[in-house]
Amino acid sequence: MITSLLATTAAIPDILVFAAGATMILVGALGVISSRNPVHAALSLVLTLFGIAVLFIEQQADFLAAVQVIVYAGAIVVLFLFVIMFLGVNRNEDIDQEPLAGQRSMGTVIVLFAIGAIIALGVEAHWVVGPHSVSGAPGGPYQNIGNLGRSVFTTYLFAFEATAALLVIAVVGAVVLARRSGAANAEQLEPDPDHKEVAP
Amino acid sequence: MSIPGEYYLILAALLFGLGAFGLVIRRNVLIMFMCVELMLNAANLTFVTFARMLHDIGGQAAVFFVLVVAAAEVVVGLGIVVSIFRRRSTAVADDISSMKG
Repeated sequence: MITSLLATTAAIPDILVFAAGATMILVGALGVISSRNPVHAALSLVLTLFGIAVLFIEQQADFLAAVQVIVYAGAIVVLFLFVIMFLGVNRNEDIDQEPLAGQRSMGTVIVLFAIGAIIALGVEAHWVVGPHSVSGAPGGPYQNIGNLGRSVFTTYLFAFEATAALLVIAVVGAVVLARRSGAANAEQLEPDPDHKEVAP
Repeated sequence: MSIPGEYYLILAALLFGLGAFGLVIRRNVLIMFMCVELMLNAANLTFVTFARMLHDIGGQAAVFFVLVVAAAEVVVGLGIVVSIFRRRSTAVADDISSMKG
């Protein structure tokens, strides 16, 4: 892949950045799926997310690269680590034996077929076709944030408002799910159909 | 001249495949969640690549919304994991069979 890249007109620094980002992404992804310890998997996930941020910068998506590092590598992975520590599952698990016979070979076959199908579809469709700049240009240096903000607050305003509602629902849902209520502790009992949950 | 978009798309396909493979073979619920994040990030990479190739900000706006939805999904998903763990003391998907008919 790298040798064929060198044959294109891409500049050497671009190729180096792409190779570094791709290596980080693939090594991190392999680390996530092969770690015995969930903490190591979460740290490998950070590596992948940083690689994605590098490729975002390489593709002039500056704001999204910053958000990727802050939200994903910062907040989401910390949330994962917090839950791992909170539940105390930060110990090695046995992944040498497969719980279901033939699960891994089946998974390998299906996933290889899926990757091949995606790449074949891309080749068939000449990768990127379509009208250019339908919802505005991404903007050059120092204009990316302005253009993205203008797009989000005009063209995608309804979706933006919907995500606000989604976040509120998610927060309320998480609080309800994680709350240790008096009713939840009596789960061994047969639930009473007339039972009303009483706030503690 | 920057890297052609095909390379990013092939890389994203590989990342998506790795995430799907992990989701299929791993039994730890937390690691399955991380594999879903890998697949979401592969989709984000294709969105940004299309945004660059088609010179269109819409792809980057889509990534913005995917980030928000991913954050909400992780919050609710980990809330569910915590509440399952409280009741059953396990984070292995095979052990959570009490909902089958």
